[in-house]
Amino acid sequence: MKVQLTRLAHARSGDKGDTANVGLIALEDKFYPILVREVTAERVKQHFKGTCLGEVERFELPNLGALNFLLHESLGGGGTLSLMTDAQGKTFSTALLRMEIEITDQEASEVHV
Amino acid sequence: MKQKIRIAAGQGFWGDLPDAPVRQVEGGPIDYLMLDYLAEVTMSIMQKQKARDPNAGYAKDFVPLMRRILPACVERGIKVTANAGGVNVRGCADAVIDVARELGLGGKVRIGIVTGDDIMSRLDELLSRGIELRNMDTGEPLSTVRDKIQSANVYLGAWPIVEALNQGAQIVITGRATDTGLTLAPMIHEFGWSNDDWNRLAAGTIAGHIIECGGQVSGGNCQYEWRSIPNLADVGFPIVEAAPDGTFVVTKHERTGGWIIIPSVKEQLVYEMGDPREYITPDCVADFTTVNLEYEGRDRVRVFGIEGRPATEFLKVSISYSAGFKAVGTLVYAWPDAYDKAQAADRILRRRLDRLGLKFDQVLTEFVGVNATHGPLAGPPHPDIPEVQLRVGVRGQDRSAIERFTKEIAPLILTGPPAVTGFAGGRPKVEEIVAYWPALIPKEEITPVVEVLT
Repeated sequence: MKVQLTRLAHARSGDKGDTANVGLIALEDKFYPILVREVTAERVKQHFKGTCLGEVERFELPNLGALNFLLHESLGGGGTLSLMTDAQGKTFSTALLRMEIEITDQEASEVHV
Repeated sequence: MKQKIRIAAGQGFWGDLPDAPVRQVEGGPIDYLMLDYLAEVTMSIMQKQKARDPNAGYAKDFVPLMRRILPACVERGIKVTANAGGVNVRGCADAVIDVARELGLGGKVRIGIVTGDDIMSRLDELLSRGIELRNMDTGEPLSTVRDKIQSANVYLGAWPIVEALNQGAQIVITGRATDTGLTLAPMIHEFGWSNDDWNRLAAGTIAGHIIECGGQVSGGNCQYEWRSIPNLADVGFPIVEAAPDGTFVVTKHERTGGWIIIPSVKEQLVYEMGDPREYITPDCVADFTTVNLEYEGRDRVRVFGIEGRPATEFLKVSISYSAGFKAVGTLVYAWPDAYDKAQAADRILRRRLDRLGLKFDQVLTEFVGVNATHGPLAGPPHPDIPEVQLRVGVRGQDRSAIERFTKEIAPLILTGPPAVTGFAGGRPKVEEIVAYWPALIPKEEITPVVEVLT
């Protein structure tokens, strides 16, 4: 079944130049493998189609139950050059949490869907 | 050797809660107060201030703050590390010395200053020797913007601050020092860590990362269970209790608001993160995949197991350059058909701009209430949406074109779609864009200078 990421994770995002970073953190340790399986760099690139014009990189932090994504060319030039309301990418965190992912019935019972 | 030191963060950026550092000093025991004032383009603002007034060019707020807390710091032996010096470290130190004298503390406060980060006057010499200072993001050589540069400063690390503390400084004022170095330096000074003790240097660096944004680790901007966060009005800024073995506890003063919980620490750990295995500072390369967290009590998170690797042979340079002009205009459209009206106004505005033949590098339209934060992911707005803010930004090299744009916003009220308001502030301001140019420089090119004044 499909579930929105916000049921499984919280997040914080920020910027480095024209790159937005999104740290995605499992709400419970047992959700982390689901994030690793479902929230791939390709899926994130697709999710931010039209916003992220460059590559998406993904890094794993199993110690924190977290994934870190770098979304290149996403902030309208970044820093002071950007005309965007969110030039620092602060709201990319919850934008990612909108993503719908596929989980099994067993997993769904653990997420209490 | 002390078995524990408490390092308190007092400012997450220049302009943070003015009373936060005072509350850190007065709210309970601390040994060090660290204050981070410098964002990426702050140096260029300070450079301009100094050009107008040779006594300016540093974080002005730091001086009245010292007036408030210096007596308590002297009485209780609290030391301060601050990158408040901007592009005029000595001017900042002189102002603090004056304050100490006025408070009757003349001669009792040793002030360490760290300089040598400002390479503005050396740029041509460096470029002529083939040090290209290429933009780390784009790869372009600095020569492409040479005549537009406004400031150039190297990020110095913890060691010059350590040197100042070792010489007995109670207040250490730096120019462009890393925010993590301001926290790591007290640990090196107190615990005698060596310059190749990479695991401990990485631990102190990550401690610095955790507290460098102030309240953002103690409940501010915290997504996890945000409704449950207690009393953010009295948010307690973070404190690191560091031990000689490189472990530390993140906490805050008792009877303050906010919270220090594992999810809030995790959120701050991933903030502005790149490759988590390669967090590069002048002092070491810290590996965030080795961070372990556990509870040690209420509002106490213990951090341990951190590993690091040798520092690189380079220092990062923060260069600012003039990159044109920009302006942003807004108007608010009300129900009914608020979004349709805002879109129609945008079309009218763009047509008028086109007819004027103005040249812009970029024109960006956003509809606040519809798509300004989540873009297309937000989906179509509710057809009965009560109001929408039209927000149009332009940037370009020609100041007069940007100025002309600012005169086209208000007329839309009388010459565009109806039910429009929100123009109390007058014409939008034209802003000069000062952009950031990150580059690397070999470490041997830079010699930090440490002095202790009284």
